[in-house]
Amino acid sequence: MDNELTALGVIFTEFYYWLTVVIMFLIHVGFCMYEVGASRHKNHMHTLMKNTMLIPLVTITFFFFGWWIYFAFPNGPGIIGGLVEAPHAVAWSPVMGAHMGGADDLENGWARINGVFWAAFLLFSWTAASIVSGSVIERIKSSAFWILAVAIGSVFWIIDAAWGWHADGWMVQLLGYHDAYASGVIHAIAGGFALGILVNLGPRIGKFAPDGKPHNLNPRNPWLVTIGLFMIYTGFWGFYVACNIPMWDIQEGDGVFFSATNIYLGPTTLSAITFNFLMSLAGGLLMGYMISKGDAFWTYSSGLAGIIAASAGNDLYHPIQAMIIAGLGVIFMYKMHYWVERTFKVDDAVGAVAVHGYAGVFGVVIAGFMLWGYPSSPNTEYAAINPLGQIIGAIIMFGVLGFLPGWIISKILKSAGALRIPREVELAGLDVGAIHRYIADEQDVINAERQEVGKLGR
Amino acid sequence: MSTGSFENWAGTITDIGPIYPFVGSEFLLFIIGVVFWIVWHIWQTKHENRIYEEEKSKYGGVESLKKIVGAETPENP
Repeated sequence: MDNELTALGVIFTEFYYWLTVVIMFLIHVGFCMYEVGASRHKNHMHTLMKNTMLIPLVTITFFFFGWWIYFAFPNGPGIIGGLVEAPHAVAWSPVMGAHMGGADDLENGWARINGVFWAAFLLFSWTAASIVSGSVIERIKSSAFWILAVAIGSVFWIIDAAWGWHADGWMVQLLGYHDAYASGVIHAIAGGFALGILVNLGPRIGKFAPDGKPHNLNPRNPWLVTIGLFMIYTGFWGFYVACNIPMWDIQEGDGVFFSATNIYLGPTTLSAITFNFLMSLAGGLLMGYMISKGDAFWTYSSGLAGIIAASAGNDLYHPIQAMIIAGLGVIFMYKMHYWVERTFKVDDAVGAVAVHGYAGVFGVVIAGFMLWGYPSSPNTEYAAINPLGQIIGAIIMFGVLGFLPGWIISKILKSAGALRIPREVELAGLDVGAIHRYIADEQDVINAERQEVGKLGR
Repeated sequence: MSTGSFENWAGTITDIGPIYPFVGSEFLLFIIGVVFWIVWHIWQTKHENRIYEEEKSKYGGVESLKKIVGAETPENP
């Protein structure tokens, strides 16, 4: 920070990530609106609080241990090596706070960007937990959900990030895993985790007829749902930009060439991801409208699913490729949603397993074919991108780190009677007590006003 | 006297390093934070279960539920 050019680079990077965090906040405004709009009136407040409170819980736990996991676990540990030392990321490090940079390299390197980089990852953590939140509405205990939210938001997704979304993650090194904008590392894992919970949680009362035929529990407030999804699209811009490193010397050997890079330090540009974000959104919306025959809920959701289906390779695709991949991903996730619902009687209240899980898996796998032979990293010793590596990667994301932990933790909670709300409360509605209190409060005020009117008449 | 590790901004800024108060207490703060987090979960779980028990006893009877269920329709949310 002792000359203007270096300081400009550092402060630009600091500001860059800070801005992405602010934009990504809109994802969570959107998730809250979306979930409340999708839930029935009798569950609105509970649904809102269930989503809102994951924010502080995932924040503090990501500070306590999530950030450290990212830097400590790229080798597994135990797959290609042991734990990696990460003194800048432990909760008691001096650079995990206001810091001017110090004499040693650790402090100089991390003092200015540690907080904004942590926050950018944290907003991904909220997203992972929020994805799960929507699918389990109207019957999960908040206490259970918040334990699960910490598990996905501050443990499992960040393990997968260390493995497959890190310049030196073992999946990148051995499998050539490539997932630039997190089709797998956020969406597939969160979808898989949600599915694992749903298996144990069971459907909402009334979702399935005695003969197994599914009933539609349609959104109670379509406006809130659609505006919420618009907010999520908006926040997704910040998500994409946060996945990049804004300025890095990518020139191998002699010479210097500064560019934006993806998380693996491979070159891309903001223009590339802007083209592809919009074209994959468009492809998803167009196909969603077609396949759902103009249903607003599925059309909006398909816009999101389209982006997710193209995200693994959206640093490199041609925009029209991104559009086509998005459309195909939407067909896959839509068909899968109804097949799983009919076959296994799974009640995914907002289609989160489909939009994030199935579209995410599709995105990871298709990138293996589309980018077959591309370098996964500037490090020439790492495996190249390939279909098998991506298929194994998708299984790890959706199944090993997603479905399995979600199923195990929710099974333990279920065994302890701590997963699902009492049947009577589900029937009456989670807000039944609050609604009656509000009515009584309102009546008190009306009575007071009537007394005042009576005084005027005297 | 200062709760920080410095009393003015003179000299080389990089010598200062952390600028929050009570430098050296970070690990203790971490322990306090983790305890607060765990206690919060325990309190919240008990609180939530108590609310459900109250609501079950107040509104969980068959007659009460008959009045509540069906009161909400798409036209009258």
